[in-house]
Amino acid sequence: MEPNKPVTQLSTEDRALIKIVQRGLPIVSRPYAEIAERLSTTEQDVIQRLQKLIDDGSIKRYGVVVRHRELGYKANGMVVWDVPDDRVSELGSCIGKFPSVTLSYRRPRRQPDWPYNLFTMVHGRNREEVKQKVEEIVETCGLQDIDHTILFSTRRFKQRGASYTAPANTSGPAGFIRLNTTEDTAP
Amino acid sequence: MTDTTTSFSTLEKHLLNDFQHDLPLSATPFADMAEQLGVSENEVLSTVRKLQDEGVISRVGPVFTPNRIGVSTLAAMSIPAEELACVARIVSAFPEVNHNYERDHEFNLWFVVTASSEEHLEIVLQEIEQHAEYPLMSLPMLEDYFIDLGFKLQWA
Repeated sequence: MEPNKPVTQLSTEDRALIKIVQRGLPIVSRPYAEIAERLSTTEQDVIQRLQKLIDDGSIKRYGVVVRHRELGYKANGMVVWDVPDDRVSELGSCIGKFPSVTLSYRRPRRQPDWPYNLFTMVHGRNREEVKQKVEEIVETCGLQDIDHTILFSTRRFKQRGASYTAPANTSGPAGFIRLNTTEDTAP
Repeated sequence: MTDTTTSFSTLEKHLLNDFQHDLPLSATPFADMAEQLGVSENEVLSTVRKLQDEGVISRVGPVFTPNRIGVSTLAAMSIPAEELACVARIVSAFPEVNHNYERDHEFNLWFVVTASSEEHLEIVLQEIEQHAEYPLMSLPMLEDYFIDLGFKLQWA
């Protein structure tokens, strides 16, 4: 996985397309034809633009996006690790391979408040299962000497797909948004 | 806790599990899924719609690579318990905020902020601090070690 590739320069047409598809395809027989109609273009053009975004790495995954909690995976633990800088890549990759893990990111420390530099998301049916999975990860990746802590989510205030095309002149809250409208795994 | 995964039909389980990545970009994706599963396109369409209405499927479509078509950061705040719900509503009201969770830690409010540019992101972070009246710790992603193949469901 390439780290920190620069932000892709997008055409106006691509931005308009992303704005529509980031909320999901219409569930109809010819979804790209329907999107094309809204963009005043052709079905083939929509498909080609999406293929290009997949090929250049802008789209990481393309398919069905499920919501873990509604599937019975009610516990999600953000497990944060204080890893020596020269081992973050190795250990982040090891943890990222577990089937119960959906994210493995390096982030900056913020000393003295925040010593942790590796963030992983572990899902389970309950807290005990998450803790068990973390134990397996510690064993398998050899993390016995690495300090970590699990932050369980206790309330979900908002969960939805990222909105990348918000205008640059946004000025604060525009009213309360209904929670749980659409959603996925936290970036 | 009840295990909701056991109540799905065989078709629902396949729709939830088999198409999380590499959904082909054909003009008729749902007909393709139907053919692979040996059911009609209408069955796939109605079942996907039902699962989406129930909130089990969030959407069908792209998951964008972080920080490629926009910029984002993970933000954390430490808020007194009695003010948390109020501050969380202020934070959630920003359209740039998604995934806003309470977590059991001294830093008890965690959310992702996404914007079209670094400048836009900075402005939003400042506005959140002003409106919430609490400082914010920003933890942008530096490197991604996760190959996203979706989430393998383990049916009980």
